Amino acid sequence: MTAAFRSASVPGVHIRARDWGWRHAGRATPAVSALTLDIAPGERVLLLGASGAGKSTLLQALAGVLGGEEEGDESGSLLLDGRRPADARGRAGLVLQDPDSQIVLARIGDDVAFSAENLGIPRDEIWSRVSWALDAVGLDLPLRHSSSALSGGQKQRLALAGVLAMRPGLLLLDEPTANLDPDGVQEIRDVVHQVVADTGATLVVVEHRVAVWRDVVDRVIVLDPSGGILADGPPGIVLDREGPRLAASGVWVPGILPRVSARPHRSAPGIDLLQARGLTVGRTPFASKVASIAASGLDLDLTESTGLAVSGPNGSGKSTLALTLAGLLEPVGGSLRATEALARGLTPEPIRWKSRALLTRLGTVFQEPEHQFLASTVRRELAIGPLALKLAPAEVGSRVDELLQRLRLDHLADANPFTLSGGEKRRLSVATVLATRPQVLLLDEPTFGQDAVTWGELVSLLGELVDGGSSVVTVTHDLALVAAFADAELVLGAATAVTA
Amino acid sequence: MSALLPEIRDSAIARVNPVAKLAVAVFLSVTLLLSIDVVSAAVALLLVGILLFWSGLDARQFWMRTAPLWLAAPFAGLTTVLYGEDSGALLWEWGPVTVTEGSLTLGVAITLRVLAIGLPSIVLFATTDPTDLADGLAQVLRLPARFVLGGLAGMRMIGLFLDDWRALGQARRARGVGDAHVLVRLGTQAFALLVLAIRRGSKLATAMEAKGFGSDIPRTWARPSRFGVAEAVVILIGIVIATVSVAAAVAAGTWNFILDRA
Repeated sequence: MTAAFRSASVPGVHIRARDWGWRHAGRATPAVSALTLDIAPGERVLLLGASGAGKSTLLQALAGVLGGEEEGDESGSLLLDGRRPADARGRAGLVLQDPDSQIVLARIGDDVAFSAENLGIPRDEIWSRVSWALDAVGLDLPLRHSSSALSGGQKQRLALAGVLAMRPGLLLLDEPTANLDPDGVQEIRDVVHQVVADTGATLVVVEHRVAVWRDVVDRVIVLDPSGGILADGPPGIVLDREGPRLAASGVWVPGILPRVSARPHRSAPGIDLLQARGLTVGRTPFASKVASIAASGLDLDLTESTGLAVSGPNGSGKSTLALTLAGLLEPVGGSLRATEALARGLTPEPIRWKSRALLTRLGTVFQEPEHQFLASTVRRELAIGPLALKLAPAEVGSRVDELLQRLRLDHLADANPFTLSGGEKRRLSVATVLATRPQVLLLDEPTFGQDAVTWGELVSLLGELVDGGSSVVTVTHDLALVAAFADAELVLGAATAVTA
Repeated sequence: MSALLPEIRDSAIARVNPVAKLAVAVFLSVTLLLSIDVVSAAVALLLVGILLFWSGLDARQFWMRTAPLWLAAPFAGLTTVLYGEDSGALLWEWGPVTVTEGSLTLGVAITLRVLAIGLPSIVLFATTDPTDLADGLAQVLRLPARFVLGGLAGMRMIGLFLDDWRALGQARRARGVGDAHVLVRLGTQAFALLVLAIRRGSKLATAMEAKGFGSDIPRTWARPSRFGVAEAVVILIGIVIATVSVAAAVAAGTWNFILDRA
């Protein structure tokens, strides 16, 4: 059965856009406009463009999920094999960025079957499609396996399998690897490569890390934020000609590293602020009394004017360690003590401190910025920490204004934090912590899924903070960040500290 | 997956179509609500207790799942004993609190009744996979697929909400607003969770739509949901338990139909 499917390739979809555009309801300017292009069946396209150029909007339109007239205004025409995308259900399959929000059912077999059920496929054929799709993405697990108990890369493979079960002639991938660690990125790229080779489906992928997809695609299309297309052609030619301009707009172009302001003097390490000895960290699952241990036997000193990178494979306890150091999780074993320079009269155990006492001592930037937003505007969001410290209104105002300007958020001062783009959310989440000037800063994957411009800004900023005397800890998979920022690296899983 | 949605073990009861189990739970509950007396509730509880041996739940699972019931039932009974309608000999009195033979009997009847209604309901659903229930509701009872599958997908997100809740609490502490009164804190945090839940929900809806959900094409079902002999037997057992309980109460002369009392 499997072999029969593999040989019976799907006819690839032909995409035809003529002066197509879309304006989301309630927005003044269109997300996409004046788009005219043809993509031949079986072509593999990498879709690039600056943040806000309308890449995701175009993918959603191709998938037929942009919605009807109440969701926005359409102009021109966009057709899949001559039909409107909404009328061509099942011809296009879309994989989104967030692995967690795409799983519908609790067992992997059922989850893959879901899309085939929606297309009205007969029962016997559904199950042969399910085993074919799981086989195609290399997810070699029982059909009854829980869809929650998967790694990020496995979840994205499951999402891809669900899409493949529709036997689509067009595969649409919207930043499918942005939330994955380096192993997961390779895993997904290789699987997609194999699948398009086997099925002959047309591929359109949006991703700002060009190097990942360069060898998979045969065409690069760059959208112009002001409408239409900026560049279109084979990857080598487009990247040579448009590389610098793309890099300046945030695209990761191979061979062009984002600009990072130099750190003229790496200042000598200052005094110790936080000391861990034989520290064991872990979390207590819901409705359980016993903590599940994430990492143990950790010896660590957080020192003034030092940048420390914590790395290691998924599940090695990096985030749990950061939360524990930040005074947000109780240590499971060993000791974690603040020196007098940090505690300033308080008990040496950070977990016993009041929430307000943390503000000037231990600042935490969470992996998911949305978890830490509390206010309805960017300006109020930045004022929360300083107000909790009961600073004078003038001081609060000047700190907020300074941060708005420094992190290029001043034009968004009155916007709702939840409506910002990914890069803007990340800058805001860092700014909220800087507003109370903590001695120690802990950041969980600060560069995850960020475009090249935001990346360069963050790395420069972290360097400045270290040189200004802060102790900065970043939990990260990002090797370029470690190289550009860290004075020392702690590799978990390997359980050895390496000093650079 | 989580404490809320634990793994379902295979057992005789777990294999029965969830719609049959739902029917039994509803039928038993309605019957036992018709009268408040000791005998019908005690008989039903005894018979249901025998059935538990086929549920496949081990002792720990059983007590964990039914713990709220073991607290609620005696409490409901005690309240009735102390404050319920008085009749018969006065046994004890303290201010407005009176314990009489009548209120004591009523209290015991209420305790048994809460257990007899609650235990089978909890146990039947502790042995039911939510996906199987959704299949049954859609295929056997013909409820709309959009409604059933939307609810099912939403339930799967409960595990994510638990993680969100924990992260929100930590973020609040880190942001310096974690010292507020516990009620204020829970209130604002619950609102933040609601905002996140809506965002997660709309992302999930897009993903479901991208997989063809909600189109005009008539949907097929990968997992058949059937009614067979086992389902008929379970429903029959439910009817027998209800009938025997009522008959025993009538024979013992304790049956009092609630509508007669008005």
